[in-house]
Amino acid sequence: MLTKFEILETYKMIHEEYLDIRTITMGISLRDCCHPDGAVCRRKIYDKITAYAKDLVKVGRDIEKEYGIPIINKRISVTPVAMVAESCSDKDYVEFAAVMDKAAQELGVDFIGGFSALVHKGATPGDMKLIDSIAEALAATKKVCASVNTATTKSGINMDVVAQMGRVIKKAAELTADDGGMACAKLVVFANAPEDNPFMAGAFHGVGEPDCVINVGVSGPGVVKCALEKVKGADFSTVADVIKKTAFKITRMGQLVALEASKRLNVPFGIVDLSLAPTPAVGDSVAYILEEMGLERCGTHGTIAALALLNDAVKKGGIMASSHVGGLSGAFIPVSEDQGMINAVKTGALSIDMLKAMTCVCSVGLDMIAVPGSTTAETISAIIADEMAIGVVNNKTTAVRIIPAPGKAAGDVVEFGGLLGTGPVMDLNSYSSSEFIKRGGRIPAPVISLRN
Amino acid sequence: MRAVITVLGKDKVGIIATISKILADSNVNILDISQTLMQDVFTMIMLTDITDSSIAFNELSDRLEAAGKDIGLYVKIQHEDIFNSMHRI
Repeated sequence: MLTKFEILETYKMIHEEYLDIRTITMGISLRDCCHPDGAVCRRKIYDKITAYAKDLVKVGRDIEKEYGIPIINKRISVTPVAMVAESCSDKDYVEFAAVMDKAAQELGVDFIGGFSALVHKGATPGDMKLIDSIAEALAATKKVCASVNTATTKSGINMDVVAQMGRVIKKAAELTADDGGMACAKLVVFANAPEDNPFMAGAFHGVGEPDCVINVGVSGPGVVKCALEKVKGADFSTVADVIKKTAFKITRMGQLVALEASKRLNVPFGIVDLSLAPTPAVGDSVAYILEEMGLERCGTHGTIAALALLNDAVKKGGIMASSHVGGLSGAFIPVSEDQGMINAVKTGALSIDMLKAMTCVCSVGLDMIAVPGSTTAETISAIIADEMAIGVVNNKTTAVRIIPAPGKAAGDVVEFGGLLGTGPVMDLNSYSSSEFIKRGGRIPAPVISLRN
Repeated sequence: MRAVITVLGKDKVGIIATISKILADSNVNILDISQTLMQDVFTMIMLTDITDSSIAFNELSDRLEAAGKDIGLYVKIQHEDIFNSMHRI
């Protein structure tokens, strides 16, 4: 029999501490949608997505109601579109993004990810067409998310694509200048991209995945912070223990929802992603957890140690709570989506250099960073290259989601709205990296890739 | 299937009567009731069996929440498994 205390604890976590399921993401393979005629290929894509996910939103709402836990987003991820679209002779793939958007609108899902290419070692003609289409595709659609994997530990960094992504990001920002460069918020550049990530903008359905799968991402920074408030001044063993116990409970919610969704949709369960995803709501912040540990402001000295502890304890607590853990599984540090991070940047406590360093010990990377509109494509590429190097050498996923906000300078603020929040424009190093980026080619895989 | 009903708010006459009338009308059996005052907030937790409920879960949930609103209380019904999965291995 459950105790009163246990029931009220769960109640408080959900109603006062922002515990929620961030997303149920249905992964759908589009490998059987290839066709030499682009229009036919797109029709097959539309038909398959709308058939497979027809009950996704309804089932999500039913579970939300029955279990009394908010499920914020219902999303879809698909096979990297470059692999499917290159079966046809179309010159650009903007129409493919349009058809994904149409399917997402029809189904009522929040996002659809997978306008993607995996080019860590080299690009096929289809990959190049997709990358060339990204800026226009993201500007022309609402719910489509794009990602490009430019590096892996096994194969090194494809610097040709890194250079190109700087230009793509600039173009995407310019095409959506009226919305603060919004298209860039839907584009992620990866190293070691996971194939089963339920979180946007980087979700895609990997080639090793089944035909259809359910992945779930949880959220609960607020719960962790509230738990830590009860052990003020305690030593780090206690802090780690409290985080582990809390992460266990959060993840159990994710596992329950994932299994229930899988059963009701008759689709296999894939993974639960253990990431602590913040939201712009006050109190639902990863930065505030670090501050609760004793830092005056996130970004000051000690931030990396605090984040490393948090990230590790979340995994240790979560791993036993789920039968399959995957995706990104680490604390997220998206600046614009986290009130504590926003405050830290605005008060000068958190710099881009500290954020880069933080990505060495957590997931995912430089996430939702607004930078001055005057930033050059080469500088953006160089920032990407740094992040890719961190991911490749440390054998982990890293990513860059950066917004060169048109017309904005350091210290300004960009409003993205909703879960994407408010981005304070960050100052960058003013020296050039263009000769470095101009070299092109591949940065070889590091020695740690040779494990056999 | 068993469900937990949580009622929170200011204590007053007729809380249990209001909730249990809705449950009786819907053929839901009450298995256990516990109530307490926590920091001046009236808290009632009710374990129910909704297997033979005459109405769908969503409708029962809406009725309970609406009745709670009428008397100024927060009422929530949740599947028992959310608590079990969080607190039991």
